[in-house]
Amino acid sequence: MLIRTKKEIPASEVTDRSLFRRRRQLIKASALGALASFGLSFPELARADAGSKLPGFGKDSPYSINEEPTDFEDVTRYNNFYEFGTGKSDPAENAKGFKTRPWTLAIEGEVEKPGVLDIDQLISGQNLEERIYRLRCVEAWSMVVPWVGFSLGGFLKQFNPTSKAKFVEFTTLFDPGQMPGQQISVLEWPYVEGLRIDEAMHPLTILAVGLYGEVLPNQNGAPLRLVVPWKYGFKSIKSIVRIRLTEDMPHTSWNLSAPDEYGFYANVNPEVPHPRWSQKRERVIGGGLFSLKRDTELFNGYAEQVAHLYQGMDLNRNF
Amino acid sequence: MNRELVWLFAKISVFSICLLPFLFLFHDAVNETLGPDPIETLHFRTGDWTLRFLLITLTLTPLKLLFNWKFQLRFRRMLGLFAFFYASLHFCVYFVLDLSLSWTQIVEEVPQNPYVLVGLSAYILLIPLAATSTRTMVQRLGRNWKKLHRLVYAAACLGVFHFLWLVKADLTEPSIYALILGILLGIRIFDRVRKQRPAEKSTAVLRTIPASESCLNPVPD
Repeated sequence: MLIRTKKEIPASEVTDRSLFRRRRQLIKASALGALASFGLSFPELARADAGSKLPGFGKDSPYSINEEPTDFEDVTRYNNFYEFGTGKSDPAENAKGFKTRPWTLAIEGEVEKPGVLDIDQLISGQNLEERIYRLRCVEAWSMVVPWVGFSLGGFLKQFNPTSKAKFVEFTTLFDPGQMPGQQISVLEWPYVEGLRIDEAMHPLTILAVGLYGEVLPNQNGAPLRLVVPWKYGFKSIKSIVRIRLTEDMPHTSWNLSAPDEYGFYANVNPEVPHPRWSQKRERVIGGGLFSLKRDTELFNGYAEQVAHLYQGMDLNRNF
Repeated sequence: MNRELVWLFAKISVFSICLLPFLFLFHDAVNETLGPDPIETLHFRTGDWTLRFLLITLTLTPLKLLFNWKFQLRFRRMLGLFAFFYASLHFCVYFVLDLSLSWTQIVEEVPQNPYVLVGLSAYILLIPLAATSTRTMVQRLGRNWKKLHRLVYAAACLGVFHFLWLVKADLTEPSIYALILGILLGIRIFDRVRKQRPAEKSTAVLRTIPASESCLNPVPD
């Protein structure tokens, strides 16, 4: 079993970023990496009883960007997760007692082998890999997050999608008792997101189960969330309980709430402003009071990998 | 005890209380405890306080209309100027910290943020009010001072609309401001309507205020 506890990670357990980076270099530089994956060399890396560290995941993915990750503190304190409140610091506060075990994920719809999977069995069957990705929120701020996860495409193929599978629909847990935000009709609950099948199969698209080498904190979408780095953050749905492959385009939450503001595609694009705010630049979280904004890049800097998916499409119309 | 001394003490107290939000902001900025996005935090907090001080300022007259209290009117100028002070901070946070005073950014981004234009209009309306808040200006402008200062109603409405427009989904907070503003303006309208029908006898709570005592007259202090 991979994950043995549901405990909240205390601040004292959080690895300092410099330490984290040093550890990465150490592992890279030596055969210790192999030992580390067996939990032998670095007690803080794979201490079974603490359980907050994810042992044995691949590093140095060619899909990772070479940028300094945003501080762990900021990644875990500045969250949009309306199920736990609309304030940025609400999720860290309100998701503390969120139960992520037991947890099942249902795979349904246009697949030959539908099923309901236990989260721990699901995770142990995957090749976990670290992916350092840019994250660009539709609110014009951004972070760099070292996710740990696995390819969504490879995962979906295990269920043999049929030829009718044109889209993938994701649904978040609906549990207003645990998710106080769902008691307020800010959005239509449960939260639903979707991708076109080729977007879902793209190697950049992952399901994440961790960040900074640790089990995903509740406020970041535990136990399982989507990460699509070239799209605005709201596409990367959190705490997923159902994945349904469909023939028709799914009705997604923000699109239903304000269709002229949030499109189905939601690709990061500095040339297509949101009706109420510019998307030309972004504030990099962690830069402090006097930091300058950074120019937003088309497809969040992943144009080389994903632009071909949208060839011939009018990105102004399909925003 | 000397009456003047009591008023002076009261003014210093109110002034210090009004300055507290600024001191807290300053403290948090210096100690870097404004959270992961300090510019946004400063932005939100200065905006919140601008609206709060605008609403507090607009509460003074209804208190007089409803309860015939008058002492609070002596603080109107100070409270109004505090609203302007926090609005100016809000404005500076946007142009200095967020847009880094860069013309390219201002020209490219401001027109794409329509709610910013609304907030900006509200701020521009407040400038002549702040500029004419001295006793000399009140005397010089006479009746026109009163007319000019009615702009505060427009500024408050635009300010609340600015807040309503920028919110993504949860309209609760701006709606509370809108509701309070609606009540404060409603009391004035109700009073005005009543005054226009002086013949009508009523036992309503609202009193008829003689024109010379009108709510919009500045109170010399």
